[in-house]
Amino acid sequence: MMENKMMPLWEVFIRSRNGLAHKHVGSLHATDSKMAVQAARDVYTRRGEGLSIWVVPSAAIVASDPSDKAMMFEPAESKVYRHPTFYEVPDEIGHM
Amino acid sequence: MTARSLIIEETPLVLYCLRRADDALILGHRLSEWCGHGPTLEEDMALSNMGLDLLGQARSLYSYAADVEGRGATEDGYAYLREERQYRNLLLAEQPNGDFAQTIARQFFYAAFADLFWRAMTSSADDTLAAIACKSEKEMAYHLRHSAEWVIRLGDGTGESHARMQAAVAAMWSFTGEMFAMDDAERELIEQGKAIDLGPLRDGWRATVSDVLRTATLDMPASSWMQQGGRAGRHGEYLGHILAELQHLQRSYPGAAW
Repeated sequence: MMENKMMPLWEVFIRSRNGLAHKHVGSLHATDSKMAVQAARDVYTRRGEGLSIWVVPSAAIVASDPSDKAMMFEPAESKVYRHPTFYEVPDEIGHM
Repeated sequence: MTARSLIIEETPLVLYCLRRADDALILGHRLSEWCGHGPTLEEDMALSNMGLDLLGQARSLYSYAADVEGRGATEDGYAYLREERQYRNLLLAEQPNGDFAQTIARQFFYAAFADLFWRAMTSSADDTLAAIACKSEKEMAYHLRHSAEWVIRLGDGTGESHARMQAAVAAMWSFTGEMFAMDDAERELIEQGKAIDLGPLRDGWRATVSDVLRTATLDMPASSWMQQGGRAGRHGEYLGHILAELQHLQRSYPGAAW
């Protein structure tokens, strides 16, 4: 697509309130970073959703390979002891 | 049956509000014509958002004009039941969308003015106008930023986009002088501190415009001959068509609502 050269894809992250993390909300096409921030404002913050915007070129994102899913994520499934709820806290300790 | 037009008592303050409200309504209506036709989804929404900002400004100003006039007019009445000759908007606002470059040139010239205008109006002695100015100033600052960035990208873009942007700047140029025009009714309000003197805004406007055009590798038009008439109700061939679309329903079915 011609658009990809002139108008590359950007991923948009919005922080809705102070103290919260920026959250991925979607993507858009824009000529450059400045226009991407403006487009993100126009497309994703029309109903007061945000106080801060990050845009990142989609091409800069490195993703895990879906075919590696088993190797990457299944080993974690059998390790219940990694969850804090696995451990019983003695009553005398009270709130941790 | 059709709805009768309003007869308006245009005191200086009513006229002042109607002029600014009409600028916002007509320019906002023009931007709304892009809805669903924008070059990209992102820009479609940007144009619609700007149109809605302007519609909001128009509503506040019409409501205030209705209060000041005190003859039972409403914001809808001003919008739907005035004749073309009773509209007081700048000729710039009614210029057709043309290509995207022309829409951007029109928006840029207006926003570069309205940004300064509303910022100055935040210190109006009229509390309602000062409050409307506080909200409008932020909206117009964004319109200016967004349209200026497009002027730069189109001007300093491809051969085609440069040529179109330069043509759009030339086509809109002679409609920019009217923004700074003042008559006796406005001078009276300026003396009362309710309105602001537009003269001093001209240098700031020219500085912004020349900076952006230079960055965009575009030439600033040299012509100083300027169109006038909108403020006094003398419009070009476009406004009648806009009003036909905008008013048709309320004229044909008075009071229709959903």
